[in-house]
Amino acid sequence: MAFEEIELNMGPQHPSTHGVLRLKLRVDNEVVLGIEPVVGYLHRGMEKLWESQTYHQIVPLTDRLDYIASVSNNLAFVLAAEKLAGVEVPKRGQYIRVILTELQRLASHLAWVGFMANDIGAGTVLLYGFEARETILDFFEDYAGARLTVHALRLGGVPYDLTPENTAHIRAVLDGLPAVLKDIERLLTGNRIWKQRTVGVGFIKADDALEYGLTGPALRAAGVDWDIRKRHPYCSYEDFDFSVPLGRNSDLYDRYLVRLEEMRQSISIVRQALDRLPEGDFRAKVPRVFKVAPGEIFHSIEAPKGELGFYIRSNGTDKPERIKMKSPSFINLQSLELMCKGNLFADVVAILGSLDIVLGEIDK
Amino acid sequence: MTAVRDDDRILQEVADALRARFGDAVLGTASAKDGLIVRLDPSVLRAALLFLKEEQGFNALLDIIALDRLKTAPAGPRFEILYQLYRFPAGQRLRLSIEAAEGREIDSAQPVYKSADWAEREAYDMFGIRFAGHPDLRRIYLPDEFEGFPLRKDFPLEGTKRGL
Repeated sequence: MAFEEIELNMGPQHPSTHGVLRLKLRVDNEVVLGIEPVVGYLHRGMEKLWESQTYHQIVPLTDRLDYIASVSNNLAFVLAAEKLAGVEVPKRGQYIRVILTELQRLASHLAWVGFMANDIGAGTVLLYGFEARETILDFFEDYAGARLTVHALRLGGVPYDLTPENTAHIRAVLDGLPAVLKDIERLLTGNRIWKQRTVGVGFIKADDALEYGLTGPALRAAGVDWDIRKRHPYCSYEDFDFSVPLGRNSDLYDRYLVRLEEMRQSISIVRQALDRLPEGDFRAKVPRVFKVAPGEIFHSIEAPKGELGFYIRSNGTDKPERIKMKSPSFINLQSLELMCKGNLFADVVAILGSLDIVLGEIDK
Repeated sequence: MTAVRDDDRILQEVADALRARFGDAVLGTASAKDGLIVRLDPSVLRAALLFLKEEQGFNALLDIIALDRLKTAPAGPRFEILYQLYRFPAGQRLRLSIEAAEGREIDSAQPVYKSADWAEREAYDMFGIRFAGHPDLRRIYLPDEFEGFPLRKDFPLEGTKRGL
């Protein structure tokens, strides 16, 4: 067939873009030559808004960024603000935070595997993933009164203690998950169609991944051992025994395997935290008017989607001078073009899915 | 993997290496609660980034952070730009800081680190800071016809009529 370069538009309203993302594609027949992502459709000016809010008021606003993993957003922000102000969170509060954020990671990854499989055409997995995620959201509702934008953390710790009923609820949720993961594995891991769509697709070299600032499961699938929970531990992660799964081939299949194993590790971390939950306070005393002396800090956590960081510059008042959010989805989306070049047009949807982006976080 | 407590000493060595290479263009160092900040003269920015990447092993640029100091330091240059660098696999983080007067073009970091592309477009979109040598410096979030730069301190919170 003759060479003919054409431009194709995808989105911003398209079911597989996971939000309002527009892709400008250049294709030669079925082969992708280039992609330009166009973002900003969901831009709400969060960083400007934060400059007018007190530190306490900013915490629930962060829920609206990555709404699939709202607790992780809370955590990154409160940790940055606490470290800047010198607030010491009691050990019990730290452990409860670990439990909540690891549950959130499980919920986020379960949603991801469902979306990803659905994008490729395996709709059944979505139902399995969502049914299991639902049990986690039920716990969040029980604990904090909300399911999606949970506002589960406060400056200084967590708003509520974990009651014996809460811990029994969490254990029941955890007991149900391994069977679901096994079901998902039986549906996908050895599935010939799944492997044809994922093995060897969306490759990126480890060096390129670093060069483009890729973080999270996609970077670890390229064999790069970068997990902030290990290298710059926060919330007492050094107390827990867990491993960081790595991939070798840096393709969609490895990104799937990495996330599946991360879920198993998260289950183990939550169990360890429940078993060794320290006694004591769950929240440090933090004044209502939370003034922070002039200074600056960058603090990041290992969120389900990659490295999520907050830079805060304080000015001595109860409102920040400037907050910059380092959003993993925004930076990760930059490497989409490199991953798609030379692949087939039909794989774009799958590769985009493998990055696990959320537009609320990209557009801020 | 080195222990976290060694990071301060190792970063100090990096700062010394920068000073040995760039002399007076290294304006000073400061330690924030999360690590070391090296203040640089903007004229050596790209050379310093290249030096840190090629000879010091800082192989990832995680983020570029711009600040408007209209209210906090009205006498000095208006903008401050921070570069958040990461060294893999050792794991140290280093922050570079430069000052930019309004209207001054800053060398783009994109030729050194590809990840700077969108980060610089964001800084341009929100603050109007121009980066020389950037391959495609356009607004990234806001529409092209938007007037003004919303994260500047003199841009009203409720927006303008000429915005959206």
